[in-house]
Parts: sequence; structure tokens; C-alpha cells
Amino acid sequence: MFAHWPLLSLLVWLPILAGALVLLFASRSAQTARVMSLIASLGIFLLSLPLAFGFDPSQSAMQFVERYPWVPSFKVEYFLGVDGISMPLILLTSFTTVLVVLAGWEVIEEKTAQYMAAFLIMEGMMIATFAALDAVMFYFFFEAMLIPMYLVIGIWGGPRRVYATLKFFLYTFFGSVFMLIALIYMYFQAGSFSILDFHKLPLGMTEQILIFFAFLIAFAVKIPMWPVHTWLPDAHVEAPTGGSVILAAIMLKMGGYGLIRFSLPITPDASHVLDSFMIFLSLVAIVYIGFVALVQSDMKKLVAYSSISHMGFVTLGMFVVFMIMANSVGQGGASLALEGAMIQMVSHGFISAAMFLAIGVMYDRLHSREISAYGGVVNSMPIFAGFVVLFAMANVGLPGTSGFVGEFMVILASYKANFWIALIAALTLIVGAAYTLWMVKRVIFGEVRHAEVQGMSDLSARETLIMVSLAILVIGLGVWPDPLAHVMHATIDNLVQHIAQSKL
Amino acid sequence: MTLEALNLMPILPEIILLTLACAILLIDAFMRPGSRDTTYWLTQLSLALTFVAVLNGMSMDQRLSFDGSVINDGLSDLMKLAMILLTGMAFALARSYLKERDIHKGEFYILGLFGLLGMMIMVSSYSLLLIYLGLELMSLAMYAMVAIHRDDIRASEAAMKYFVLGALASGLLLYGMSLLYGITGSLDIAVIRQAVLGGEIPKLALLMAMLFMLTGLVFKLGAAPFHMWLPDVYDGAPTAVTLYLAAAPKIAALALLLRLFGDGLAGLLPDWQMLMIVFAVASLFVGNVIAIAQTSFKRMLAYSTVSHVGFILLGVLSGTADGFSAALFYTLAYGLMSLGGFGIITYLSSRGIEADQLDDLKGLNDRSPWMAFILLVLMFSMAGIPFTLGFWAKLAVLQAVVQIDLVWLAVYAVVMSVIGAFYYLRVLKMAYFDKPVVMGMPSRTFDMRWVLNGTGIAVLVLGLYPAGLVALCAQVF
Repeated sequence: MFAHWPLLSLLVWLPILAGALVLLFASRSAQTARVMSLIASLGIFLLSLPLAFGFDPSQSAMQFVERYPWVPSFKVEYFLGVDGISMPLILLTSFTTVLVVLAGWEVIEEKTAQYMAAFLIMEGMMIATFAALDAVMFYFFFEAMLIPMYLVIGIWGGPRRVYATLKFFLYTFFGSVFMLIALIYMYFQAGSFSILDFHKLPLGMTEQILIFFAFLIAFAVKIPMWPVHTWLPDAHVEAPTGGSVILAAIMLKMGGYGLIRFSLPITPDASHVLDSFMIFLSLVAIVYIGFVALVQSDMKKLVAYSSISHMGFVTLGMFVVFMIMANSVGQGGASLALEGAMIQMVSHGFISAAMFLAIGVMYDRLHSREISAYGGVVNSMPIFAGFVVLFAMANVGLPGTSGFVGEFMVILASYKANFWIALIAALTLIVGAAYTLWMVKRVIFGEVRHAEVQGMSDLSARETLIMVSLAILVIGLGVWPDPLAHVMHATIDNLVQHIAQSKL
Repeated sequence: MTLEALNLMPILPEIILLTLACAILLIDAFMRPGSRDTTYWLTQLSLALTFVAVLNGMSMDQRLSFDGSVINDGLSDLMKLAMILLTGMAFALARSYLKERDIHKGEFYILGLFGLLGMMIMVSSYSLLLIYLGLELMSLAMYAMVAIHRDDIRASEAAMKYFVLGALASGLLLYGMSLLYGITGSLDIAVIRQAVLGGEIPKLALLMAMLFMLTGLVFKLGAAPFHMWLPDVYDGAPTAVTLYLAAAPKIAALALLLRLFGDGLAGLLPDWQMLMIVFAVASLFVGNVIAIAQTSFKRMLAYSTVSHVGFILLGVLSGTADGFSAALFYTLAYGLMSLGGFGIITYLSSRGIEADQLDDLKGLNDRSPWMAFILLVLMFSMAGIPFTLGFWAKLAVLQAVVQIDLVWLAVYAVVMSVIGAFYYLRVLKMAYFDKPVVMGMPSRTFDMRWVLNGTGIAVLVLGLYPAGLVALCAQVF
């Protein structure tokens, strides 16, 4: 039934339209804004499901393709399509937006319509970024997304929100402008802005390395990789819960997605030459940032650092591929690493969203993010405590949760590349366990040291709904990751074949 | 040439504008001071008639007339349409502001019309003499407009500065032109073009002529290092006049650059390209870095103009048709954005209150979400963030620069625009993140409201679908 619908266009423009309508018609009544946004985000989530059902996992080519001229004079096209890499991320986006709308339900009392509209508009832009197959179109939405996020952090954020949001905007803007130059440069080589044409473009080594770094600056800031990660803890701490959730669950994924969509296939030789550099950066993120997370006293900051550390596994998985290909004959190991990275991204989307939402639940009650302000929450909020422990375990990477699958695959694949890389990555799981569980111990368990904690009420129906849906996904993906892996399989095999061939 | 053979049709729009401007001058002289609104509406009517006349004669073919000294082509027609439109919009945004300061005089509109006439002559001239005449007509009108609030010391100072430095720039330009005339023996740009391409004239003298002319023009455009007058004049002039100064005259100045350098001195491309690179690099630096230090919104916009001029020069210096159309596209986009930016100041200023400081924008989102939204669109457009026209304008210019293998220049330009993004974001910080100091909005006439809303919506809509405007800009070259 959906075969002839311009499904991707609807997924891009309906949220933006819905956001505009919320702004226009619900500015006076917060309740109207909430209901309208919930209906819109649910509708869009439902509309994104046919994308999964109608997707043919046996194909590696782009599906649901829409291609029209957009600005013919610049040869910019309106070119949308999804493959096994982008499709899951689009679903993740539409799902997370529903959670964000629900999470801001009673919490956001000021300018509710603007808050909801910002997230709806952002949803459309994020989906467009994942679905865009024209480089300028990708850049268009990749950048535009900064506008609503800038406002969300700045208007509804914490005390140092102005500093945090300016830093966030300028950091990411600075990163991405170099990408724009690289895209324009490649346009003159390839004669079009199509990303698929860029994939086939033959490039010399020097060009590849320059282009690689142009992309790297853009995506490394977004992921974020050490040492350009410093904006993230600030942004997370100051952002409202919804902003943190979108940042962690979706925006960080744009960096990983960008690497896999642009850097690897466009500059395979440069990626190969620089793989040990990238692996080094990833290991630093995993190990060093893990230790930094250990000493945080602010819960949001802790989870933010843990995000950076987890995204280190994503970049590790992507670049260890080249070492595996150099070592072994088969491509199975390489595919394993990339699939691990992708699953890690999706799983981190769920887990980090869950962690930030859990912190949001506590913040709404006590208005503090300090670990020391809590203690013994389990006494007053037993159901909530159960969920937090579950998500913390997932964050640690306990088998049976989604966090385990991706990390395990990446570590397994790294083993084929180099024993020491695998060892370092695996050992730091212990650090991950340390900072997560120590936080849980101090916040959830122990004695009640503050009278306010005693008075905290357990989850409301709305909050339970959010937590249950995330818990189902975290456990579901952990126990049975096959459907997700299956969707990506053909695309990733194709990608591995592509990057195995030198462009020189 | 006999009178019968004289075909006046090519300059019909100019004739209409001149006649109507004179008529309004007469009518206004006999009107009571309280009924200047009639002058305003008559002015808008005459702009509309001129607009129709240009539109009616519009064609992409090149048509030379008056012995080759007047040129009408797609470029001139498109520029004239844009200038008339921007002037009309500037008048609409200026009226209430002028009234509240008791400087709502007929002279404002009449000088504005004569200035527009000068600009129209500039874009249509194909001879050095006519270029100079047009330029002086425009400049004289603008000097007087800056001084229209004669009791205001800052405005008088600005006018004085503008006049002295503007006259100096005109002198430089004229000197360059006279050298060029001396070398090539002609005032006609087509003849000059051939002479320069022929390569039989002494290079040194030619370079001197080129240097003087470029300096004069860049002075008028306000590119660094000749930008010193610009912030003082833009800031000192009544905002209603700044509106007028910032938008349309830049288009006319671009026309001169394209006609004199892109066409006439095309044979010297490598030489003027190098100079323009220097000017562009300096403008981008000065405009973006000094703007950060401003506390006045108006002055900040003035510095941002300098950086936009840098971008326009980037398009011109590429010397390709793509580059010229990128520069044109950028200038049109800039005209719209600057009109909106200064328009917000006149919109928010009420009797006795000048809303030209950054602090005056505090809490605009609480006062009027819609006006804050327009400010948001305009600021992001100036910063070159997607979803707005400014993004495409920057993309066009960057493409032109990368095309001629000046990748380092493109990288420099984007790094500077990241620095520039900071002060645009600070404006939005005031409007969105801070609490308002005063509440409520001044009540505004419908024409002003619609022009400002239209500007914001146009920047957004063209940001989503710029294909038509881009194609038009590409078509005229």
C-alpha cells in the first residue's frame, strides 16, 4: 500500500509542517501544543514503520528513492533514499521524538509550543540528513539542525545555557564548513553532488587525505571523538532532558553515519593509511574518557562522558576494518566490525536516551543532577530503581542487553586485527562497569541521606510508559539482534567490498 | 544623429522616473507639512510605474543605444528591478521612523528617487562618462539623505565624513578613468575592452588606471581597507537612511565592477584578481572580527556589511560567468537581508526610543514571537546557515572560488564566516534567551508590517527553493 507513496519526503516534511502548525495554532495553550505534538510524532512514527516492513534486506542498493532537480543551476538535487545503514537510524529518530514529546509533557511549562515545535522540526531535519543522497542536501539538513538545538539548549537549558549552546553551535559549525569545501571540490571532479557518484570518484592519495580530514573534522566533532569532545558534556549538562536525549540518541549518530557514508567509501585509501591514527583516537576515547567519567559528580556529565566512550567503540569498529582486511583473507571479520559499529550506534541510541530520561525523572523531582544530592532512591522509587538498574546494566554491556551485542562484535572483530587493540578495548569494559555501577550505587542504593529523597514519588503512568518501551527495546535487541543485523547485512557487505578496492 | 533617429525607448524607465520625481518635487512643495503621506504614496506609485516599465522592456539580449554608451541587457534589467523593489521596501520601512523623529519630509523620498535614478543609470551605462554621472547623481543624493536630520550632531558628522571620503573616492575613480581614456583613446567600454585585449598599450599605465579605478570603486563598496567610513556613516545616519544606503546602492556598485572589470578590463584579469583577493581577505577579516566587539546592533550590521562585501568580491574576482552570477546572487540576497536587519531597528524604534543597541533586542521572543522569528531567519541567513537564502548565496560564491582552484581562499572564507556566526548568534541570544526589559511592541502601519514580514518570509522561502532566482542570476551572464 505504501509502495507508491513518497514515504521519505513525507517523513521529512510532515514533522516540519507539524512543527509550524504547532507554532501557529498552539502558542496560547500549552495543552493543545502537547496533544498536537504527540499526535504528530506518533503519526510520523507509525508512518516510518512501512519503511522497515517495505524494506528489502537482500538488496544493497538504495530503496524508496526519490530524485528530482532542486537547484539545477548548482546541480543540486532533491535526492532521498535509504539502505540498511540509514533505515534503522530513521526509525530510531522517529521513535525517539515520541519519547521526547512525552518526556517534556508536564515538565516544560514555559513556551511549550515552541519547545514541541523545535523537536518536531528537528525530527524532520534529522530524518532528511539520514535519507539525503545528495551531498548539498545532506549538508543543508546537517547544518540546519543546529538552529532548533541552539534554541532548545538556550531557552530551556540550565544556568550556564548560553555558554553551552554557543559552544555547541560554533564547535559543530566550525567542523562542518570544511566538509562543505570538500563537497564542492568533489563536485567539480564528479560533475554532480550525488553521494553515490562521489563513492565511485577516483581520487589521488593527497586529495583523499585532505578530503578525509575535512570530513573527519566535521564528523569527529559531532560523534564526538577525543580531543574535540569538550562541547558535549557542557551541552548535555545544560540542555533540558529532551535536548540531551536527542543529542545523545540521534545527533551523535550523525557523526558515525557520516563516517560510514562519506569517509569510508569516498576516501578508502586515506582511511586505510590513517587507520591506526583513528584507532588510536578511538582507544583514547574509550579508555581515557572512561576514566574521566569515573570522577564526575554530575550525573548528566557522567552519562555524557560515557557516551563519548561508547561512541569510541563505533569509530573503533569502523577503522579496525582496514586492519582486518590486511590480515585475513575473508571479509567476514570486516563486516562483523562494521555491523558491530552500527548496532552499537542503535543500541547506544536507546541506552543513552534511557539514561538521560532517567536522570530527567529524578531532576524533575529534586531539581539537582548532583550524585551527592541523592542516595537511597530505591526506598522511595522502587519501580524506577528497577529500570535504572536495567539501563545501567545495558550501559555496562551486560549480555542479554543491547549494549552487549555491539561491543562484543567490535571487540571480537578487533581481535582479528590485533590482539592488543582487542585487549585494551575489552579491559575498559571494566571501567565502564565501574563508573556506571558506582553511580547507581551512590544514587539508587545506600541510605537515604537527604530528607527530600524520601519524598520522591515513584514513576507516573507517563514515565512508566517511556521506561517500559525503552526497556523492551534494550532487552529485545540484546536477546535477538538478528533482525537488525539482517537489515544491514547486504549493505555492509557491499560497503566492505567497495572499500576493499583501492581508488588509486 | 537627427532627432527623428533618436530612440528614447531604451531609457524609458529612467525618463519615467525622472519625470515623476520632478512632478513629486513640485507637488510636495505645495503641500501642507502634515500631508507627507501623500508624497509617500506618490513615490511608491512612481516606483511601481518604473518597475512596470523595466519589466515591460525586459529581455536577455544585449541592446546598445546612444552610440554604444547605454547598455540594456538581462543584467541591467534584473538589477533595476531589484533596486526599485528594494528602494520601495526601504521607503515603507522608513516612513514611521521618520515621522516619529519629525524628519518626515518630502525631500527624503525625492532624494531617494534621484539616487535610484543615478543607480539605474549606473547599471545601464557602457561608457566611462555615463558611469561617472550616474555614480555622482547617486552619491550626491545619498550625502544629502544622511544629513537630513540636520539637528543631529552624529548624523551631520556622518554626512560630512561620507561626503569628504566619497568625494575622494570619486576623485580616484575619475583619475583612473582619465588615465584609461588617455591610453585607449575612448570612453566606450567595448572599445576599451578590445584595446586592452589587443595588448598593444603600455601595461604600466594600464595597471595604474586599473588600480585607481578599483580603489575608487572598492571605496564606494566599503571593502577593507577602505571601509573606515562605512560603520560611522551607517551608524550615524538615521536608520531610515541606512536602510536605503545599505541595500540598493550595493547592487549598482556591483554593476560597475562587472562592467568595468569583468567586461572592460577583462584582459587584466590576473592583475585585478590579485588585488581583489587582498580586498576580499581583508574585508572578511575586518568585517567579522570587529563586529564581535560591537554593542550596537546597527554598527554590528554595518561591520557585517563589510564582510558581505568581501563575499561579493570573492564572486567577482573569479572572473568566470559562474562567479559573476554568484556575486549577483549574493548581492541580491544581501540586499534583502540587510533591508530586513535595519528594518527591524526601524520597526522596534518608537518615538524617543532608538532600538539600535543589542540590548534593545532583549526578550524579543517574549514581546513578539513572530518578530523574533523574522530576526532569527535574517540572522541565520546572514551567517549562511541552511534553510535560509544566505546559505545558497555563500554556496554559490564558494563554488565559484573553488572552481578557479583557490581552495585556500574558500577555506579562509568559511573559517571567517564561523567567526561571524558568533555575533549573529549573540543577537539571537538577546532575542531568545534573555528576559525583556520593556514589554509590548510599537504599533506599525500595515505597509511596514507587510514589507518586514515579506522580507523574512522571502529569505526563508528562497532558502528552501532558490532555483528560480539562481537560474535568473545565471541566465543574465
